[in-house]
Amino acid sequence: MNPIVVENLTKSYRRVKALQGVSFSVRKGETYALLGPNGAGKTTTIEILEGYRKADGGTARVLDMDPASGGRRLREKIGIVLQATALEPELNVRETVRAFARLYPSAIPVDEAIELVDLAHARGKRVKALSGGQQRRLEIALGVVGSPEVLFLDEPTTGLDPDARRKIWDLVRSLNDAGKTILLSSHYMEEVEVLAHRLSILVDGKIRAEGSPLELQGQFGARATISFKIQGNGQEIIYPYGVRDKVREHQGWTYLAVDDPTPALNELTAWAMRHGFGLQHLTVNRPTLEDIYLQLTAKPQPETR
Amino acid sequence: MLLLFETFHQLRLFMRRPAAVFFVAVLPLVLLVIFTEIFGNDPVSAQGVTTAQFYTPALAVFGMVTACYTYLAVSTAIARDTGVLKRVRGTPLPPLTYISARVIAVSVIAVLSVVLVVGVGVAFYKVELLHHSLPASVVLLIVAALTFSALGMLVTALCKSSDTVIAVTNATLLPLAFVSEVFVRPWRELPTWMKWIADVLPLKHFSSAFQATFKPALQGHGFVWQGGDTTLAILPQLAILVAWGIGAAVLASYLFRWEPNAG
Ligand SMILES: Nc1ncnc2c1ncn2[C@@H]1O[C@H](COP(=O)(O)OP(=O)(O)OP(=O)(O)O)[C@@H](O)[C@H]1O
Ligand SMILES: [Mg+2]
Repeated sequence: MNPIVVENLTKSYRRVKALQGVSFSVRKGETYALLGPNGAGKTTTIEILEGYRKADGGTARVLDMDPASGGRRLREKIGIVLQATALEPELNVRETVRAFARLYPSAIPVDEAIELVDLAHARGKRVKALSGGQQRRLEIALGVVGSPEVLFLDEPTTGLDPDARRKIWDLVRSLNDAGKTILLSSHYMEEVEVLAHRLSILVDGKIRAEGSPLELQGQFGARATISFKIQGNGQEIIYPYGVRDKVREHQGWTYLAVDDPTPALNELTAWAMRHGFGLQHLTVNRPTLEDIYLQLTAKPQPETR
Repeated sequence: MLLLFETFHQLRLFMRRPAAVFFVAVLPLVLLVIFTEIFGNDPVSAQGVTTAQFYTPALAVFGMVTACYTYLAVSTAIARDTGVLKRVRGTPLPPLTYISARVIAVSVIAVLSVVLVVGVGVAFYKVELLHHSLPASVVLLIVAALTFSALGMLVTALCKSSDTVIAVTNATLLPLAFVSEVFVRPWRELPTWMKWIADVLPLKHFSSAFQATFKPALQGHGFVWQGGDTTLAILPQLAILVAWGIGAAVLASYLFRWEPNAG
């Protein structure tokens, strides 16, 4: 059985339908990302799995236990990083981590946890004297100190500088390599592309797309865009027959949207050589996850290309 | 073992909050010194005790209630508002252990604050410690610490935010302390309705019983139901404290929430 299984989850808050039948599962050792705009239901999903909130309908299982009633046995095996920072300002870094470490049966050494998030230099500092990003890193240390089998990270790298973010990515990857299962929410496409084996895009409490980053790219934007600037030689520009109907010109750039860029490129370069045109800044672009995301979350929904 | 660690954890947090230390441990001492110096430490005719002998247990009561009721309620509410309680709830720490640690910590603080006030009274103002009623004082102290902790948790459970909790604890403790005759020596009868309020609520019972254990005129160990002009009896007050404590604890555990309030 997969460590995280969600089936047809529904949840409403008074007027808001936060989740409208969400289903996915996360395999052992996998990093799964939830992507979606503000209010999409990411935190709601994660907090149901952490046992904080009760779903109205559907099932949620973590390590084959019901998170709402799993109690201590489940909590010993999961690590939590909440979206909102919650630390005691009066304690220092070491005391904070130690207070959490002693609650778990197989905790890693306190200093090791501190080093994992690169806070060794701030070990003795009071939490209230830490910067926002340092506090966030401390919380990540609290999430991993119990050496959990399943780790929930709700927007873990929000507020971190690029360097710290990369360190956290390394940490997440090394946890993955050690066989931990990770459920992550994020607004950073780059982060999701780097970390997630699979992801789903959640909009208004519904999953709009699911798969690996590559699968999603294949599924949503098979078309590649070839772009270049023509360097003319006075001759009239007549594009080769095979691509002529796909050409779009805009501000001196030429764009070509094609399903398979290889023959198009072949034809184009041969044509340019033959007529003595230059193809400046020639690039082939695959749609990024970000493009797909923006396409799926745009309101109103545009037609699929 | 976990309970011990968590209790130390809470004690450490207290020690690092100067405002809390001031109100719980320093203020009662300052008041004792001020009152004794203002009123003079002569025997008061009606009761035959000195000012310090009267105020020492009274201010000990005040410090104790500040710790168990006000500080516990406010610090717990702040921990809830800042998400600390929610975060704790997501760890394997059993909720009961965590709450117990908080209660034990404030009780320890309360007892230390009482020892401090009584110690200063004994050392500098010739306050008499009565051997025969000392066990009664100690039992009262422990029971009252638990009762007022339960009331503190009840206030936290009833209020949405720490701001409300601060307002409610202050708005209840100070007036109640006055109508319960903690601060004033009653040289005049209080209005009936005030008396009635004080009689219903637990503070007066605690403070009068605790003060009684400091009255040299009263004899006996105090663990009797029926007292008199010369015999000490704390069991009636003790019973009222226990009833309030159990009632508040049951209600608080029923209403208590761990998450910050959304609305
Ligand atoms: N405790 C609550 N009470 C009422 N409504 C809530 C509560 N929590 C969430 N909601 C609503 O449910 C919806 C989903 O919220 P959720 O926090 O799950 O979104 P999210 O995807 O995590 O967003 P974000 O990216 O901003 O963190 C939102 O419309 C939000 O307003
Ligand atoms: Mg969220």
